Amino acid sequence: MDKNRINEFLIEKGLFITAIFSIMVIFVIILFILMEGLPAFEEYGFFNFLFGLAWSPNHGEYGVFAMIIGSLCVTLLSLLMAVPLSLLCAIFMAEVAPNNIRKILKPVVETLSGIPSVVYGFFGLIVLVPFLRESFGGTGFSMFAASLILTVMVLPTIISISQDSLRAVPHEYREASFGLGATNWQTIKNIVFPAALPGIVTAIILGMGRAIGETLAVIMVVGNVVQIPSSIFDPVRTLTANIAIEMGYATGLHYNALFGTAIVLFLIIMILLLVANYIRYKYKVDIGGGYL
Amino acid sequence: MNKIEVEDLNVYFGDNHVLKDVNIEIPKNNVTALIGPSGCGKSTFIRTVNRMNDLIPSFRHEGNVLLDGVDVYNHKMDVVDLRKKVGMVFQKPNPFPKSIFENVAYGLRIHGINDNDSLSARVEEALRSAALWDEVEDKLENSAMGLSGGQQQRLCIARTIANNPKVILMDEPCSALDPISTTKIEDLIHKLKRDYTIIIVTHNMQQATRVSKYTSFFLNGEIIESNLTDKIFIDPQNKKTEDYITGRFG
Repeated sequence: MDKNRINEFLIEKGLFITAIFSIMVIFVIILFILMEGLPAFEEYGFFNFLFGLAWSPNHGEYGVFAMIIGSLCVTLLSLLMAVPLSLLCAIFMAEVAPNNIRKILKPVVETLSGIPSVVYGFFGLIVLVPFLRESFGGTGFSMFAASLILTVMVLPTIISISQDSLRAVPHEYREASFGLGATNWQTIKNIVFPAALPGIVTAIILGMGRAIGETLAVIMVVGNVVQIPSSIFDPVRTLTANIAIEMGYATGLHYNALFGTAIVLFLIIMILLLVANYIRYKYKVDIGGGYL
Repeated sequence: MNKIEVEDLNVYFGDNHVLKDVNIEIPKNNVTALIGPSGCGKSTFIRTVNRMNDLIPSFRHEGNVLLDGVDVYNHKMDVVDLRKKVGMVFQKPNPFPKSIFENVAYGLRIHGINDNDSLSARVEEALRSAALWDEVEDKLENSAMGLSGGQQQRLCIARTIANNPKVILMDEPCSALDPISTTKIEDLIHKLKRDYTIIIVTHNMQQATRVSKYTSFFLNGEIIESNLTDKIFIDPQNKKTEDYITGRFG
C-alpha cells in the first residue's frame, strides 16, 4: 500500500470511530436513564405515574401530570411571545437592515445566547419577580415570570437560525420578484418567507427544545409548586425543575421516579422533534437540485 | 418610433465608471440586441432601464433614460409601475418555488388582481403567448421546479408578459439552455416582437442576427456602434466592431 492509501484509510477509520463514539455516548445515557427510571413505572404503574396529580414522595405518591402541564405551559407561553418577536427581528436583520446595522445587531444577538442561564435567573429573581408582585399581586413567582425569562433566552436561537435560512434564499428569487414590480414587503411575505419556512420551523423547534429543557433560570422564578395552574400568574413546577430540586436527597423509589420524570421529558422532546421533522418534510421547498 | 431614448447616460458603482456617455434609441415593437464582451456594461445598461440597479447601494447615474418621453429616474416615477411596464427575463431561469400557476399569477396578485376567473384567464393567456400552455395545461398545480430549463425560462417569460408590459428586457435568456430550448425561445421572441419592445443581451452573435433588427455593440462601457443588425454584421463601420464580430478579441 502506498502512503496516500494508508493515510486515507487511517483518516476514514479515525472519523468513523469519532462519530461512533459520540453516538455511543448518547445511547449509554439513554440506556442509563431507562434503567434507573423504568422501575418507577413498574412499581407505581406507567399511567398512574404519567397522569397522577399528586407528587408527594413522603407519602409515596409520584404523579407527574401537573409538571407535564407546567413544562408545556411555560414553554408554549414563552414561544407565544418569542416567535413573533424573533421572526420579525430576523426578517429585519436579514431583509431590511442596511449592512452596518446588521453588523452591529448580529454579534449582539449572539452574545445574548452566551449569557449563562443563572444570570437570566438572577435577573428574573431580583427584577422581574418583585415587579410582577407589585403589578399583579401574589408572590410574583409564576409561570408568567418563567415564560418571560425563557422568551429572552430563546430569542437568539430562533433569530440566528431563521435569519440564516432567510439569507439562504437564492437572490434570484428576490430579483425576479422585484423585476415584476413587487415591493420589498411583498417580496418578503410572498417569496422569501415561504421559501425559508422549513428552516424557520427548525429554528422554532430548537427554541422550543431550549425552553422545555431549561432548568436553572426557571427554578429561580417559577415558584416550583406542584399544581395545575389556573392563571398565568400561578406558580408551577416544570419537569426539569422537579429533577434538579429533588435529586440531591432522593433515594429508593423516589430516586427512580426522578429518572422516570427524565424519561417523560425525553419522550416529549422526541415527539417535538418528530413533529418538526414531519413539518419540515411536508413544507420542504424544492429550489431545483436541492431543498431549502 | 422610439420606445426608449437614452441620452448621455453615465453609470457609476462607487468609483467604478461602468457606463460612459451612452446614447441609444430603442425602436418600438422591434428587437434590439446588445452585444459585446463580458463586463462591458450590457447587463448594467438594461438594469438601468427598469431601475433594478437601485438595489445596489453604490449605484449612481447621470443623464436621461426616457421611456415614452418620460425620464424613468424622475422623482415622481413609481418604480413598481415602471417594473410592471418594463418586464425582465434573467440569464438563469428563476421561477419561484411555487406551482406553475402561481408563478404566472404572482405578478397579477401583487398588482391587486385576486379574482379567480380573471386570474385563470390571464394565466392561460400568458402561458399561451409564451408557447408553454400545451406542455403544462394539465399540470398547472405542479411545482415549477419540475420543468426543464427551457420550460422554466418560457415560464419566466410568461410570468413577465402576464403583467402586460410594454418593454421586455432579456439578459442572456438562452445562455443556460440547450440548442433546442434556445430555438424555442428565439421563435417566441419573433412572435412577441409584434406586441412588445424587446431588448436582448446576448453573447451569441448568430443569435443576434437571428432575432434582432437593430444591434448595438458595447465595449468597456461605451457604445461603439449602433445600426441595423444586417449592416453591423455585414458592413461594420468601426474597426473594433469588425474585430469583435469576426472573433479577433472578446
